[in-house]
Amino acid sequence: MKTKTKGWGDPLVFAPVIMIVALLGPLIAGLAGVLLPAFGFFPSLGGDQFTFSYLQDVTHKPGFWQSVRLSIWIGVATTFLSLVIVVSSFASQWGRNSFRRITRFISPLMSVPHAAAAFGFAFLIAPSGWLMRLLSPWATGFSHPPDWLIINDPAGNALLIGLVLKEIPFLFLVGLSASSQINVDERLKVARSLGYGRVWSWFTVVFPALYKQMRLPVYAVIAFSSSVVDVALILGPNFPPMLPVQLLHWMNDPALEMRFVAAAGAVWQLGATLVALLIWRIGEALIAYIGRRAAINGQRHRNDRWFRVTATTAMSAVVVIFVLSLIVLTIWSIAGFWRFPNALPSSFTLSRWANNASALWVPIVNAISIAMTSTLISLVLTIACLENEYRHNIQFTPNAMRILYLPLIVPQIAFLFGVSVFLVRYGLDGSFWPVALAHTIFVLPYVFLSMAASFRSFDLRYLQVATSLGASQNKALLFVRLPMLMKPILLASALGVAISIAQYLPTLLIGAGRVPTITTEAVALAAGGDRRLIGIYAMVQTLLPAIGFVGATLLPRFLFPNRKFFR
Amino acid sequence: MSDTKTENALCLENVRLFHDGSKLLDLNVTIQPGEVVTVMGASGSGKSSLLNLISGFLPPSFSYTGRVVLDGLDITHADPADRKVGLMFQDPLLFPHLSVEENLLFGLPAKGDKTERCEKVRAALGAVNMAELGHRDPLTLSGGQQSRIALIRVLLSEPKALLLDEPFSALDSGLRDKVREFVFAQAKIKNLPTLLVTHDQLDADKSGGQIITL
Repeated sequence: MKTKTKGWGDPLVFAPVIMIVALLGPLIAGLAGVLLPAFGFFPSLGGDQFTFSYLQDVTHKPGFWQSVRLSIWIGVATTFLSLVIVVSSFASQWGRNSFRRITRFISPLMSVPHAAAAFGFAFLIAPSGWLMRLLSPWATGFSHPPDWLIINDPAGNALLIGLVLKEIPFLFLVGLSASSQINVDERLKVARSLGYGRVWSWFTVVFPALYKQMRLPVYAVIAFSSSVVDVALILGPNFPPMLPVQLLHWMNDPALEMRFVAAAGAVWQLGATLVALLIWRIGEALIAYIGRRAAINGQRHRNDRWFRVTATTAMSAVVVIFVLSLIVLTIWSIAGFWRFPNALPSSFTLSRWANNASALWVPIVNAISIAMTSTLISLVLTIACLENEYRHNIQFTPNAMRILYLPLIVPQIAFLFGVSVFLVRYGLDGSFWPVALAHTIFVLPYVFLSMAASFRSFDLRYLQVATSLGASQNKALLFVRLPMLMKPILLASALGVAISIAQYLPTLLIGAGRVPTITTEAVALAAGGDRRLIGIYAMVQTLLPAIGFVGATLLPRFLFPNRKFFR
Repeated sequence: MSDTKTENALCLENVRLFHDGSKLLDLNVTIQPGEVVTVMGASGSGKSSLLNLISGFLPPSFSYTGRVVLDGLDITHADPADRKVGLMFQDPLLFPHLSVEENLLFGLPAKGDKTERCEKVRAALGAVNMAELGHRDPLTLSGGQQSRIALIRVLLSEPKALLLDEPFSALDSGLRDKVREFVFAQAKIKNLPTLLVTHDQLDADKSGGQIITL
C-alpha cells in the first residue's frame, strides 16, 4: 500500500523482529547454556577446560541407555499411533455424521492439560482403578486390587497410551484445519467417481496433501513426547525413567557438580529427539514410496467396511476413555470412603475441597496471572506482526513460519535448563516475569498459528472503506478489524491460556520452584498417591482452561448482544 | 486547464496504469461536479485497479504514471485517509459489529459534540425516509437498504468525489434500478464528480454521462 506510514516511521515494522528475537533469543541462549557446561565450560564452577568427559561419564549412569532408548521409542511410537488413529478416522468418517459428533468432543478435550489427562487415565486403568472396580468382582473375581504393574510399567506402555490419548485431539484439530485448506471434498469426488473406495480415495488423494500441511505439528508431537516430563512422572517407568525425567533429577540435585552431568544429559536428549525425528523422516520416505506405487496399480479397494468399522471404533474408544478419565477425576475429588470393588464411593463430600481452598489459592492466582500475561504479550505481538504484513505488504516466508515451530520442536528440557543457568547467574530465577516470559515462548506460536488464517482472510475492503471515510490506519485496526475479528482473537487467547496453564517445565525450571502453579503442584502430588487431593488439583487444572474457552465463546454475544454477525 | 474548470472536479491527467510492466490503461479525463463518467471493460481490464489508484490502495505489483487531481489538489501520493474520495463496492460492507447509526457516525467527521453528530445522522436518515432503521443491525437489512445506508455513510464523510465499483451488480434487477436512481440522484444533489466502474451496459446508459470503454 502506498501510505504515509511506509518505511521506518511506523513502529509496527519492528514487530516481526521482536517476535523472532523473543522466540529465538531464549532458544539460542538456552542451548549455549547447556552446550558450554556439557563440554566443561562453567567458569563460576571452575570449569574452564574443553572436555568430552562429562558427555562420556553420563552414559555410565545406571540405566542411561535404557532411558535414551525409551525416549526415542516413546517419541516415535506415540506419534505413529496417534497419527494412524487420527488419519484412519478422517479417511473413514470424513463428511459423515459420526465425524461431526467426534469433532464436537475433540475440541474441549484438546484444552485438558497433559498432567490432568494423565492422572485421570491412571485412575482409570490402575489395578485399583475405576475400570477394575467396574469389572470386579463379577467379571474378574477380585475382591482386592491385583498386584499388577499397570501404570509406571518398565516398558512405558501406560505412558505411551496416556500420551496417545492426549496427542490425538491435538493432531485431530491440526488435521481439521489443514483439511480446510486443501479442498478435500473435490479431491474425494474425483477419486470416487473413478471407482475408488472411500477410504482408499482419502489415503491416495487427500492424505499426501494433508500431511504436507501437518508435518511441522507432527514433528512437534515427536519432540514433545520424546522429552515429556510431567506425563512421564505420572505414568512412566520409575527405574530407569525416561531420559527427561532423569535429567530433571540431575538438574535439581543440590550438588553443583551435577550441573555438568545434567548439561551433558541435556545434549544427549537433543540427540535422542533428533534420532526420533530422523527415524520418522526415513519412515515418511518409505511410506511415500510404497504409497505412490500402491496408488497407481489400479486396485480400487472398494471393500473397506472392516477398515471403517475398526477406525471408527478406535477413535470412539479414545474419546470414551478420555471422557471416563475426566469423570473418574471428578469422582475422586469429591469421594468419601470408597472401598475397592465398589463402582462408586459410598458417600460424596466437599470437605477436601474446603480444606484445600486456601492452599489452592496461590497456585491458581499464579497460574492465571502467568497465563494472562504471556497470552497478552503473544496477542499484541501477533496482531502487530499480522497488521504489519498488511500495511507494508510483507509476507512471512515458509522459512519464517518454521521459526514459529522451533520452540515446539527443540525439547523444552534441553534449552530451558540452559536459560535457568543464565538466570541463576544474574539472580533472576524464581520470580514472576521470567516465568511469564518463558511461557510466552510456547504460547506465542500457538496464538500466532491460531489467529493468522482469519486475520489474513479478513476482507480488506472493510479497511479501505474505513480509510476512505477518513479513518487512520490505527483507527481502522482498532475500531473495525479487531472488533470484527473478536471471535478468532478470543479463541486464540483461550488457547494461549490453556497452553500456559498446562506448562510444567518452564514453570518449574525458570521459577526455581518458587512460583508454584496449579500444574506444578498437581504433578508434585504424583508420588504421594492421595487420589482425592490429586483429583482436586487435576480438576482445577482442567477447569481453568475450560472456563477460558467458555468465556471466549460467550463474550462476543455478551458485548454485542444484538448482532447477527457474532451469532 | 483553467481553474474554473478544475474547481470541484476530479481530473485524471495522463494516467497510465501498468501491471507487472504491461500497460492496462491510458486515461486523460476530467469529471465535472455532478457528472457521472462510466468506465466499462471486461474483468482484468484494470478498471478496479483504476479506482484503487485514485483512492490510494494500489497494490505494489502495479505501477503508474500521471496525476490524480481533486478540487485543484494533487492527491496522487496522499494518504488514503486524507483524499476525501468516497468508495462504494459491489457489497455494501457495512461494519457488522456496529448498528446502522454507529456505521453512519463512523463516516461522519469528528466535528461537533455527540448530540450534534447524532442529529446530523438522524437528519441524513430522515431525508431518505429511513429514519426508523437507525438502531437496526445492518445484517438484518435487505440488500437494497444496505446499499443505500452504505451510500449515506460515504456522503456523510463529506467526500469531494465518488468512486463506484460495480455497486449495483449484487442487487437483483428490480432493486437495481431503484438503488441506481438513488445513488445518481444523491451524487447530483451533492454535486460530486462521480466515476462509475461497471460491466453492465444499462448502468452506463442510465448514468447519462461520458462512457469510456477500455
